[in-house]
Amino acid sequence: MGILIHKDTRVLCQGITGHAGSFHSERMLEYGTRLVAGVTPGKGGTLHHNLPVFDNVLEAVTKTGANASVIYVPAPFAADAIMEAADAGIGLVVCITEGIPTLDMIRVIKYLSNRKTRLIGPNCPGIITPGACKIGIMPGYIHKPGTIGVISRSGTLTYEAVWQLTQRGIGQSTCLGIGGDPIVGTDFVEVLRLFQNDRETQVIVMIGEIGGSAEEEAARIIQKEITKPVIGFIAGRTAPQGKRMGHAGAIITGGKGTAASKIDTLKTAGITIADSPADIGDTVAKILGITQHPEK
Amino acid sequence: MKLFEFQAKNILKEYGVSIPRGTALSRSADASKTFQEIGCTRCVIKAQILAGGRGKSGGIQFASSPEEAQSCVAGMLGSYLVTNQTGQKGTEIKYVLIEEALPIKKELYLAITIDRGLQTPILIASAEGGMEIEEVAKKTPDKIIKEPIDVFFGIHPFQARRIASQLNISGTLAPKLNNLITNLFDAFLKNDCSLLEINPLAITAHEEICALDAKMDVDDNALYRHPEFNQFIPSQDISPAEALAKKHRLSYIGLEGNIGCLVNGAGLAMATMDIIKLHGGEPANFLDVGGDASLEQVTQAFKIILSDPKVKAVLINIFGGIMKCDIIASGIIQAIKEVGIHIPLVIRLEGTNVEIAKKILDTSGLKIATVKDMKEAANLVVSKVL
Repeated sequence: MGILIHKDTRVLCQGITGHAGSFHSERMLEYGTRLVAGVTPGKGGTLHHNLPVFDNVLEAVTKTGANASVIYVPAPFAADAIMEAADAGIGLVVCITEGIPTLDMIRVIKYLSNRKTRLIGPNCPGIITPGACKIGIMPGYIHKPGTIGVISRSGTLTYEAVWQLTQRGIGQSTCLGIGGDPIVGTDFVEVLRLFQNDRETQVIVMIGEIGGSAEEEAARIIQKEITKPVIGFIAGRTAPQGKRMGHAGAIITGGKGTAASKIDTLKTAGITIADSPADIGDTVAKILGITQHPEK
Repeated sequence: MKLFEFQAKNILKEYGVSIPRGTALSRSADASKTFQEIGCTRCVIKAQILAGGRGKSGGIQFASSPEEAQSCVAGMLGSYLVTNQTGQKGTEIKYVLIEEALPIKKELYLAITIDRGLQTPILIASAEGGMEIEEVAKKTPDKIIKEPIDVFFGIHPFQARRIASQLNISGTLAPKLNNLITNLFDAFLKNDCSLLEINPLAITAHEEICALDAKMDVDDNALYRHPEFNQFIPSQDISPAEALAKKHRLSYIGLEGNIGCLVNGAGLAMATMDIIKLHGGEPANFLDVGGDASLEQVTQAFKIILSDPKVKAVLINIFGGIMKCDIIASGIIQAIKEVGIHIPLVIRLEGTNVEIAKKILDTSGLKIATVKDMKEAANLVVSKVL
């Protein structure tokens, strides 16, 4: 089971002939993802990794029945690529691209608001249901099928957490990076609800970081709606306060956003916090009642 | 990218925003002449730094004669201004702005920024302008007006009317405010701002609306489509190490501690700093080499860390995804070959190509401690500097 993707998800890669798109398409194929097509404007009609390449997404969807897309196109063109996928009726779009201008993303979110497409990212590692489907750039081998749902704003810190779990013999239902940008398509709250409703997932690990108020918002929902145990970690408690210009940011967040305030809010909502990033695996093991490390 | 007040004001002027007459200076010799050119009886002299809190720290002064202006500018330029946001060392004042001091009836607050929660640009306004706006927001949130702005539509006329009435602005001032808001949003969009703040926005004795200050922050991700901002890069207020890092597209922030950190990914980099501190150490920097660094970038990153004289030990923490561990290993060895190393180095590698990387390090003949996880890494590196 797991959320959003499964072994029959038919994946399309936008930007498949580029450096990153090509490399990670191969890794996805190796992992067993049903990658069915690629899109690169101007390269329609060719083959890449033995997959048909199309000039546009609509044609790729019509001819291959793709229902998910992963985007590796460069930042100046990524917003358009997301909207193209949505326009073609793709249900799940995972945007890996880093560095998309914030105002472009605000336009994209507005564009998606009356469409059925779910966007994950941008600037994210993607989503993986171990053993079934990997859409993104995470190293496949660190994962193991199981019952822990992992959500995170970070890429490599997610790998760290997942690896700690796997080394303790604890598998994951689905791992999803929501992305590190100020504006993302899917937030913690939506993923928490999906994990709550997923029969496979028993425990949720949520990895946040300083800035914004997504974790505080998540805490509110966890308290109200989530009955499964949630383990949290917040990165950046030692990060220095940056030079700040203006007051608008502080007015909007109203004192939220620091690691201390996030940790407080999460603890108050009943979430178990791992104080050290090295303790995420052990904290989950404890909740599950596992005391030894079977694979150590 | 943060712009200086004078740079932001020059941009706003192009969008029809009224600002006081004035000139930015980098040499005090020009001050008395500038005072005379502005042609007013009283000038305000404002230190140009890229941090807030100037008003309370002597960074804004008044002068009533060319001589006074001259001595005031001479005192400011080259000195270090310490505000509640600059740290103890303060920030060097390289530019000052001399402007006419206007007779002010009322000070308002006006800003446009991005509301991450609402995922939209938002206008924030208050009739209580001036320095204590965050206090106003905390104590009397009802005095803060927030209007989300439709990114495709812009500010609706009804929103502008609502803002005016909430700010108690009527008569001939209302259409002027309407114009100003429209122009500011235009400037915000066209310059890809993440923040555009006018505080205070003054209503002058002559019933004009004038931006007395301007803070503009441009989205770094959008700089590729704004070559006009390249001219501002040399004046940016960053350390030589930070400038070098930027040149090599590395994310680096110098800190006060003595343990250098080289990590891939911002989240893991922050977590690495956190665990160093948890184990009793102090990080010397934040350094994220990014997702897909080249050999050259890794070499440069390591050299930047080693060039910091405070650094007594280095911790490298890499979880390879796109980033391949063998690239990191080769980059480190390359840097050590070029500049040498005389301090302890602790390396934790995991992920893509980790076995190749370990082999590279083992056969290098260099004295490097490799560890298997973050806890061991933090423990070991902290023990090296105690």
